[in-house]
Amino acid sequence: MLIIQQLVNGLMLGGVYVMVAVAFTLIIGMLNFLNFTIPALFMFAAVLMYATMMGHLPFGNDLILSVFGTEYRWVAGIIVALVVIALVSLVIERFTYRYMKAKYGDATEHALPLVSSLGFLIIFEHLVVSTWGSDPLTATSPFGQGTFSIDTIIFSVPQIVSLVLSLVVVVMLSVMLKATKLGRALRAIAERPDTAILMGVEVSRIVPVVYVITGLLCAVSGILFTINYATVDAYVGDTVATVAIAGMVLGGLGNVWGAIIGGLFIGMLEVMSIYIVGADFAKLPIWGLLLVLLVFKPTGLFGHTLIGKGKF
Amino acid sequence: MSGYIEAQLIILCLSIIYAYGIFLPAASGQLNLGAAGFITLGAYASAWFNASTGAELPMWLSIPLAMIFTGIIAFAISFPILRTRGVYMVLATFAFAEVVSGVAINLEFVGGAAGFPVDDHADVTVIVPVTIAVILFSFYFMSTRLGLSLRSIHDDESVATLFGVNVRTSKVVAFTVGAMLMSLGGSLYGHHYNYIEAQTFNVLLSIYILLYVLMGGTQTAWGPLIGATFFAVVPEALREIAESAGLKWLAEGRFILFGVFIVLLMVFRSEGVMTRTLQDRLGGGLFRRKKPIADDMAGGS
Repeated sequence: MLIIQQLVNGLMLGGVYVMVAVAFTLIIGMLNFLNFTIPALFMFAAVLMYATMMGHLPFGNDLILSVFGTEYRWVAGIIVALVVIALVSLVIERFTYRYMKAKYGDATEHALPLVSSLGFLIIFEHLVVSTWGSDPLTATSPFGQGTFSIDTIIFSVPQIVSLVLSLVVVVMLSVMLKATKLGRALRAIAERPDTAILMGVEVSRIVPVVYVITGLLCAVSGILFTINYATVDAYVGDTVATVAIAGMVLGGLGNVWGAIIGGLFIGMLEVMSIYIVGADFAKLPIWGLLLVLLVFKPTGLFGHTLIGKGKF
Repeated sequence: MSGYIEAQLIILCLSIIYAYGIFLPAASGQLNLGAAGFITLGAYASAWFNASTGAELPMWLSIPLAMIFTGIIAFAISFPILRTRGVYMVLATFAFAEVVSGVAINLEFVGGAAGFPVDDHADVTVIVPVTIAVILFSFYFMSTRLGLSLRSIHDDESVATLFGVNVRTSKVVAFTVGAMLMSLGGSLYGHHYNYIEAQTFNVLLSIYILLYVLMGGTQTAWGPLIGATFFAVVPEALREIAESAGLKWLAEGRFILFGVFIVLLMVFRSEGVMTRTLQDRLGGGLFRRKKPIADDMAGGS
């Protein structure tokens, strides 16, 4: 029974990784670059949610309190986090993607947005550290510790809600990619950007949309993280994102459904390896798997082979 | 020399050594985000060769042995890792570093998660000359035929292959030698602070070292030197200035400003601070390269 409990916990943890992994995979699939602002956005959303809920914003706390009251400050937190992250994503787009095309087009050209995104990671981490300090910040969950159990296996209600919510968001995203005009344009860019431009896709207007979508995915994930795990700090994004990267690679770069399955699987693998071999060893199975996978089957379980081969 | 300046100098020297280790593969366009892994290997190997619980060798022997040890491992993994490219190479080296740190934490004979004390002490009179030697070696390395091959691979791999450059050999050598340099830096770190912990060598360290190199520029051997110096000096200088001007918020938030620097540098100077063109312009007669024809065409000058 204990092992099933662990599997359930792993699934819930995987729910956090799923959205971050999907955010990574979208940017890699569309734009062929490893976006290190994703951990920053995840962490920033989580901290903003904490700060709004607990009244620790640098300004505007009284306004939020008078409009929403103590009872519904979590609603304000969600709004603040989503709006701020969407705006920030547009700024990031302006300074990373736009400079992707190197003048000389040499082998390290894909490093340019990587470096800019690392710059943003440094900015946000230190923004949070200098505003809220580097100690862990503890929020009180607005929903308490609601649990129910089926035959001795305990389920936490907020965690189940978030798992379902993250799956719903991702399913909506993949329907959007399949069925809408925007989705078609996005897939065209992912397939071959130059041809997409020739076919009349306005790449420079679509790319900001990709950034906002991934930013919002991170934001939702960060918000749910604060509600579920209650403790956030400036470096929470790094930990979550590195594991999410492993999930993404497992599912195959650029594959949304692969990222979902990969994220859930990595969550379970992490919890199971902590349970079986202890917390010190927990890193090894994840990274060992990732290394072996990258070397022997870099396309992952369901990836396609276009990524990293002369895009843009 | 005051203690503060000396401490900063040591950090600068170690950063420079690490940066050259990442630079050599980066000079051929291979992005290595696994610096922490090789540094861990070097630090632990040298500490173990030196320790009374290990091989009990003197420091001047344990550091080269650690370099050879790291070199062998780097050589062995370079073949599978160099099969990957671009984003995949970044991810693979990153995963390698995580595996190394995961293993180091769990090896009880090198202290495990509690860390490992290192016996012999290397002070500034050892580290500075070694750093200068590393810098000179890197400049020499880039001026050899192999260095030229690396540059040609960096600029265009398929054309380099067409001209008969042995791409795989060049990449493997650059990767292995780079790993050995990082191992040297790691050993010196261990011998200077006399205590190592696998947790010190984390993802953030790898990221910063890669940033030193990419910001300095991968085209010339000046790049890592400039990048590492910039990273070590600017935040400290900002802190000094902010504190003397009484701006507490700036002293605390100097890294925010620093992040802005990085983003802006990529906007205005995306090949890094030091490029071949700039080197020519600054160097005058002293460092002038013999101008290859291809450069005139690419530079458009």
